[in-house]
Amino acid sequence: MSAHLTRDDVAKVALLARLELTDAELDTYTGQLAAVIDHAADVAALDLADIPPTAHPLPLVNVLRDDVIRPGANRDEVLSQAPSVEDRRFRVPAILGEEP
Amino acid sequence: MTLNLTHEPIEGEHFTITSENTGDVWEIVVGLEVHCELATVTKLFCGCPNMFGDEPNTNVCPVCLGLPGSLPVLNHQVVELAMRLGRALHCSVEPSVFARKNYFYPDMPKDYQVSQFDRPINVDGWLDLPDGTRVGIERAHIEEDTGKNTHAGGSGRIHGADYSLVDYNRAGVPLVEIVGRPHIRHPEQAKMYIDELRAILLATGASDAKMEEGSLRVDANVSVRRVGDPELGKRCEIKNLNSLRSLGRAIDYEARRQVDLLEEGIAIRQETRHWDEGAGRTRPGRSKEEAEDYRYFQEPDLVPLEPSAEWIAAIDAALPVLPAQRRAILAEAAGVGATESGVVMAVQRGLDGLALAAIDQGGEGRRVLTHVEHNLAVDGAGSLDPKHLAELVGLELAGQLTATQAKTVLAEMVSSGSSPAAIATELGFEAMDSSELEAMIDAIIAESPDEWSSFRDADEKRHAKLQGFFVGKVMKVSKGQADGKAVTAILESRRNASS
Repeated sequence: MSAHLTRDDVAKVALLARLELTDAELDTYTGQLAAVIDHAADVAALDLADIPPTAHPLPLVNVLRDDVIRPGANRDEVLSQAPSVEDRRFRVPAILGEEP
Repeated sequence: MTLNLTHEPIEGEHFTITSENTGDVWEIVVGLEVHCELATVTKLFCGCPNMFGDEPNTNVCPVCLGLPGSLPVLNHQVVELAMRLGRALHCSVEPSVFARKNYFYPDMPKDYQVSQFDRPINVDGWLDLPDGTRVGIERAHIEEDTGKNTHAGGSGRIHGADYSLVDYNRAGVPLVEIVGRPHIRHPEQAKMYIDELRAILLATGASDAKMEEGSLRVDANVSVRRVGDPELGKRCEIKNLNSLRSLGRAIDYEARRQVDLLEEGIAIRQETRHWDEGAGRTRPGRSKEEAEDYRYFQEPDLVPLEPSAEWIAAIDAALPVLPAQRRAILAEAAGVGATESGVVMAVQRGLDGLALAAIDQGGEGRRVLTHVEHNLAVDGAGSLDPKHLAELVGLELAGQLTATQAKTVLAEMVSSGSSPAAIATELGFEAMDSSELEAMIDAIIAESPDEWSSFRDADEKRHAKLQGFFVGKVMKVSKGQADGKAVTAILESRRNASS
């Protein structure tokens, strides 16, 4: 797998994650990420035919809570932590893209 | 280039677009994606109220604000309602997991939306439309709703806004996204699908399904292909459809736009387009270059969901009788087809119980359905005694009341609660004796000899007009008490006898 991980892949992932990387950092992370993916390839090399896929490391399913209201946060306190507030709402910079 | 395109139904169900330029016949293919908010008391992963219309940012907590150190816990009732909907749509309930859909947009403070990606809870079902079409359901998965942005400054729209204001009351509200297969073939059918889905959402109690409040939202994937082509065309996803009317208009517009391009030899670009209700057209949204890569990965803070067989069985046992079954039951009782409008409307208006009871009391099916479809307001129908409706239909069949009189009597039955026979007497709706009616008609014929001779010799075209003249006279003289059908029968027999 790692054979296919390129510097361009890393640059694209960095862009998607809104990370600005220098050329030197791109080289470093390309090598490091390739090593991580190599490790996954070690697992892929094993014969796992009899082992079901693991959906979660904890041996738990169906952790649920009752549909009951619990006290939330105080609005004034929450808004006081925001960099900018207007009309009881969070004020954020202009959005260029479209909504997902 | 402006194309002259006409919509024509083929085989009764399919609509096509025929190009007058090339003569080619095109078929519309639509698949709908519906987001609906579940009718829970609290949000998906926290105990904040799931409430529409509250003061901004009052229903928030560390979990739905995405504060560090907070952890989500799945709401039991979300799973219950999602499964009810899934089973009502004939889906199988599968073990499922949650995933993070990553994107940068301030409507989710976490910078990701928790959704289900490769292992959704409900898969592979279907929904039967009133017209008899079966539309496949690919999946119906759980995800969280986003906050609400208000774009301020500039044009007030997303483009050109100076800044946005965000209210997180809706962030984390539970949604089910229902992904339908591309089995819909015309705009009216798309509207029918949403109506039917809404009826199922209401019947199962899964959602209040209000398009105007945004608790039910529709995106339409639209493509076109030449009739007979087995391949699906390139599709565009239409967003911003805020009403059934918009949905129908947008599909119609978009299909014509695509046919127009294809006939000019221009390929359709797969893209998201926004419906502009005012302009009556779709416009391109995000371009391909900006298309997002959501980098889905499994949500590490939530464990898998594996509803037990017992839980699923309990859901199945408690499912209400759904609209498609109700139509089948009523059609069977009335002795008519399940796709007839009387049946469809009775179920859609929630009056099928009344119709069934009236038929059970001996009312003739088709006439009961006619009253339920055309002459009854839903508000008043609740107080109506089904036995009285059956009696009313009986009086009509016996020739005691004309259709018009029956309608008047029915309105009085709803407001007074009296029996139809009593009301008919009170209103003076005594059936006219047939010899009395014949004498009246003979007198009218004698008064208008010129019209009568024209009627006698009339060709087909003038026949209807002159017949109307005589029927009108009889109605006037009888003060509306004569039965229109009986009048025409007597007129025709007199005409045949004298020609």
